Amino acid sequence: MNLLQLRDEESAVIKSIPAGEAGERLEALGLRVGKRIQKVSGMPFGGPITLLLDGRHFAVAHAIAGKIEVECVDHTEHTERPTVEKSRLWPKFI
Amino acid sequence: MSCRDCGLCIGRGKKCPSLPQGSRRVLLMGNPNVGKSVFFSRLTGTHALSSNYPGTTVGFTEGTMKYGGKIARLTDVPGAYTLDPTNEAEVIARRILNEGADIVILVIDATALERNLVMAMQVLEHDIPVVIALNMVDEARHRGIIIDVQKLEEELGVPVVPTVAVTGQGISELISKMDEARVSPIQPMSKEARWNAIGEIISKVQTVTHRHHTTMDRIEDVSAHPVLGGIVGFLVLILGFMVIRFVGEGIITHITDPIFENFWILALEKLSGILGEGPLRNILIGTLIDGEIDLEQSLGVLSTGLYVEFGMVLPYIIAFYSGLSFLEDFGYLPRLAVVFDALLHRFGIHGYAIIPTLLGFGCNVPGILGTRVLESERERFIAATLISVGIPCVSIQAMLSATLGEFGMGYVAAVYVILFCVWLILGRIMHLTLKGYSPELIVEIPPYRIPSLKAWSNKLWFRIKDFLYEATPLVLLGIFLVNILDTLGVMDKLAVALSPIFQGFLGLPPETAVPIVMGLFRKDIAMGLLIPIGLSAQQMLVAVVVLAMTFPCIATFIILWKELGSKRMLMSSGIMISAALVTGGLLNLFFKVIL
Repeated sequence: MNLLQLRDEESAVIKSIPAGEAGERLEALGLRVGKRIQKVSGMPFGGPITLLLDGRHFAVAHAIAGKIEVECVDHTEHTERPTVEKSRLWPKFI
Repeated sequence: MSCRDCGLCIGRGKKCPSLPQGSRRVLLMGNPNVGKSVFFSRLTGTHALSSNYPGTTVGFTEGTMKYGGKIARLTDVPGAYTLDPTNEAEVIARRILNEGADIVILVIDATALERNLVMAMQVLEHDIPVVIALNMVDEARHRGIIIDVQKLEEELGVPVVPTVAVTGQGISELISKMDEARVSPIQPMSKEARWNAIGEIISKVQTVTHRHHTTMDRIEDVSAHPVLGGIVGFLVLILGFMVIRFVGEGIITHITDPIFENFWILALEKLSGILGEGPLRNILIGTLIDGEIDLEQSLGVLSTGLYVEFGMVLPYIIAFYSGLSFLEDFGYLPRLAVVFDALLHRFGIHGYAIIPTLLGFGCNVPGILGTRVLESERERFIAATLISVGIPCVSIQAMLSATLGEFGMGYVAAVYVILFCVWLILGRIMHLTLKGYSPELIVEIPPYRIPSLKAWSNKLWFRIKDFLYEATPLVLLGIFLVNILDTLGVMDKLAVALSPIFQGFLGLPPETAVPIVMGLFRKDIAMGLLIPIGLSAQQMLVAVVVLAMTFPCIATFIILWKELGSKRMLMSSGIMISAALVTGGLLNLFFKVIL
């Protein structure tokens, strides 16, 4: 699956990133293969994807996010998450 | 180093700060947004603009510093994530490093050690002595990140000093350690090998403990939320403009107007009596309206000239930069880039272009300089042209009340709405017609930080000073020139020559040509010159919109030339003039047909 298909707040490991300039830029920022990330959100109307890597936020354009292959690893850590979930409940309903 | 790279002296009336050859050369390097400019200010005692977003320093700044009794030239190198350049700032960073240096001060963000080590390793692979400042150790601690400084020193083979630059912690130790700067034993290696080495270093020196969700994290989540993020973005912008108007008008009504009306006018009346009739009075004080000095309409250097700059524009400068500096230091601007990316994408520029665009609302010069954060030439052209056409600088905005205010707030709002529509349409047209490629947004979003009052007020003062230095001579010279040209009758000839365009096409009286041409000097005087003509509300609206869109002021013009080159600058100017005429013509037509 790619980064667009990942649901908000799910964690994943990066499997591949696009080649070329975009890939170099991703790597320079530390977004490289094998890194564990968490998707924060995707902006509407083809806006960027915000994700969390080592406690830092990054924004990646929609078109690039579609080319970043990830593997969801979320099922392994569902037990730790309720506290975070609660604090984020209210924006979800709007 | 060719002068093309810096650009900081241009349009600011400052001389190049470079020193005679032979002095020691110290470079301040690091990733974007790690606090290099704060170090620069601390080390040199001069002010460098710093903000909480990557790319604040787009050119390089130089200053002098002292260490170990020696004088050195310190260069604030633009932030780079890597020395395999992926953007303009990184190209400049690599070039400056390749020119050699006596010492590199490498600033590393302790909260993102792994990523920062990429460029750090690349610098350490050079044959240049390095000392490392491990910055933001306080924030790292709050985030549960603990770094073993001793071990990091051993691994990298150069001195490492933990610092908190904003408070000054560790700065003096850093200076004293500069004599111990060494060439690291690290040898040049492949990208893969470097990542492996970094992984190993991280596992040895860094421990990360769990931390709880803080209030700041929650605010961060809201601004990244698909729906709330957009709402917050628009609220911040609209509220921002309302606050700026409120504060700006407040300062005018309660501070500057009383000063001018109660004191300055009296002094001018005395002077007017002493001077008597004659050309000197015409230039200094201007024409008397109903036998009295009118600060808005007399058009003298000392009456209207000083009043426009200090009485009307300065309050807005203060209001605008108070707000902008807060948003910058808080770290909100990159989040605005995320909100605006989907829209700006349709103009062929990515969301980060919103930052130079916002800077352009203050003054188009820093706005256009700021487009350097964009990667491709095409993007920079589109963004710079959009800024000079569709973004009214503070000088224009401050004069909106004086020109259109009497006709009602609807007309003031109409200027913003029209310019916004022009911005949208022109952006779309340029995207569809211009060849070339625009890269996509990939950007780090810094954490929110509560701005320090001292840093904020320093920055505000720096920007106000800059405005005063830059604008005062131009405003006074501009008014002086208008008076001279008026006496010589040049203005009348100009009005006659341009009257087909103005009268026929825009529906404006021929003498409106004069202020619009004067807009080349400063937009605020030009707006002031519109007042005595006695235009109707609709004519005034057309004139203000044309003035805002057409040729930028001289400072913006020079910076456009420098940034785009002569060919693209001419192209951009062509777009500006056509867009201004088309918009003005359409508005005129609209008023004629509908009303």
